[in-house]
Amino acid sequence: MLGPDVAWYIAVAAFLFGIGALGVLIRRNTLVVLLSLELMLNGGNLALIALSRQWHNGAGQIFGLTVMAIAASEVCVGLGLVVALNRRNLSLDVDTLSELRG
Amino acid sequence: MILASAGNALVWIVWIVAAFSCLASGVAVISFSNAFYSALALIGNLASLAVMYLLLSAEFVAAAQVLVYAGAVVVMFLFVIAYVGPRRETPWSGGPSWQTVGAAAAAGALLVEIVVAVGMQANGSLSHETSVGTDFGTPGWIGRVFLTDHLLAFEITSVVLLVAAVGGVILGSHTRRATA
Repeated sequence: MLGPDVAWYIAVAAFLFGIGALGVLIRRNTLVVLLSLELMLNGGNLALIALSRQWHNGAGQIFGLTVMAIAASEVCVGLGLVVALNRRNLSLDVDTLSELRG
Repeated sequence: MILASAGNALVWIVWIVAAFSCLASGVAVISFSNAFYSALALIGNLASLAVMYLLLSAEFVAAAQVLVYAGAVVVMFLFVIAYVGPRRETPWSGGPSWQTVGAAAAAGALLVEIVVAVGMQANGSLSHETSVGTDFGTPGWIGRVFLTDHLLAFEITSVVLLVAAVGGVILGSHTRRATA
């Protein structure tokens, strides 16, 4: 295999997951939390595809494509929630949205 | 031999550029105070990830990444960010609160845990030389695998996407006008 070993890809994936986790925990804007969630999903995806390459097993790539579809569904529902919140003039701050009573 | 080592160096350079821009744009996503710029930084992150997928001989996944993420998901994000209007947030000002410090510590602990777990489990098995066949990761191969070995996952994914689309329409519809 040309280029770096799979371990380097796994390291990048771990750092990407860590950056996404930091964003989810630290940011208060719902939209940025959703964006950071995408970073975490992409970190997991990169690890899946790197290990699929390492062990010649197609299941990793299939899993990666499935994760992509699930991420699209999650964004669809999450952004629907954001639009619904915005229409009711509620704050998009996750700290003030801690109660589900509306 | 010289040609092979030159190719190897080229792949290393492409990988370093892709990995650096991937991590840098990841940091940019979580550090911009304007959500619009965060969404734009996510495009760079997704593009550099697609380059790494190509290096891992996952051509179809790289194409799907660009189409689904950069094409559809980010456009949806940009639309919603423009729809809800500017909401500025200054995440890094005002000194570190206990919440910020705790979040950073939790994320750091998570990263250390991943690295330790992967390092202990892999134990050197991730660095031996491997090669794959020419059709590994091509659209034809993916389609064959999806419709034979992983047919159930394929069908369930389509149902999940349908449910999410219906849910998005219900959440975004105007049936709650009385309470607005």
